[in-house]
Amino acid sequence: MIDIGLGHYLTLGAIIFTIGIVGICLNRKNIIVILMSIELILLAVNINLVAFSIFLNDITGQIFTLFILTVAAAEAAIGLAIIVVYYRNSSTIRVEEINSLKG
Amino acid sequence: MLAHAIFFYIFSFIAIVSAIMVTVSKNTVHSVFFLILDFISISCLFIMIGAEFLGMIMLIIYVGAVAVLFLFVVMMLNVAQQKNQWFSARESSKHIPVGLIISAIIFFELLIVIGGWKYKPNLVSAMSLTMDKEITNTHAIGYVLYTDYIHIFQLSGMILLVAMIGAIVLTFRQRSGVKRQSYFSQISRERSDGVELIDVPSNQGVKSDD
Repeated sequence: MIDIGLGHYLTLGAIIFTIGIVGICLNRKNIIVILMSIELILLAVNINLVAFSIFLNDITGQIFTLFILTVAAAEAAIGLAIIVVYYRNSSTIRVEEINSLKG
Repeated sequence: MLAHAIFFYIFSFIAIVSAIMVTVSKNTVHSVFFLILDFISISCLFIMIGAEFLGMIMLIIYVGAVAVLFLFVVMMLNVAQQKNQWFSARESSKHIPVGLIISAIIFFELLIVIGGWKYKPNLVSAMSLTMDKEITNTHAIGYVLYTDYIHIFQLSGMILLVAMIGAIVLTFRQRSGVKRQSYFSQISRERSDGVELIDVPSNQGVKSDD
């Protein structure tokens, strides 16, 4: 317990990843919380990459974490733009009322 | 070593609790605040284990840009006060057990993988980019990022450019009935379009709108 190793960080990453997936599956409120859950999942992936990078003494993991950060920022910008456009057109972003693709 | 363990448990406890609060909190603005708290504690963990540059970058990008973007959108869309109706939703509550079961399965799979995992014996000798203990973390990242990964680095810049253009194109709205400045027609105006020379007959004057 005292000696913090790679397994501790991987477990933390797994817990946050699972919380993100639970947030996506159970969310009934609005899409913005789903986007935040996606950010949590990417954060868990970043924890794993950085932990492996430190404990394997290899810098490549941190480089890829930087690229994941870039992609996460781009994805948040595009997703929020889509949400703004959808809210402007249909004046709701509640998950259960978005069913125009249901057929 | 004891201080390291104590700080790890404190930061990871705050991170997990705030991640849970992101998903369950009733107010969307509170969710964004807990997301900020989560990012800050994770970046503290990064700084603690020796990835200082990434910890600071996480603070700048996530807390300074992404979370503020979320806050702007939440306040613009006026959805903050919507009640959270997890278990009272009419049609959608049948998805909840399936989601919980799948999440539990994913979590246990991850735990099994972490528990039964160990290094390949020859992995350490085969690694490519070792960290030099003499230089700082930022130096090491800079040496690798601008030499070995320069193409991927520029590609990520292109991704950011495409995201910026895409967000502008998506949210751009052409309103009708608003008088605006039209730069192109202003600049491309010629002398012959605007000025006309007329011989004025005496005692008759000039009528406009002929």
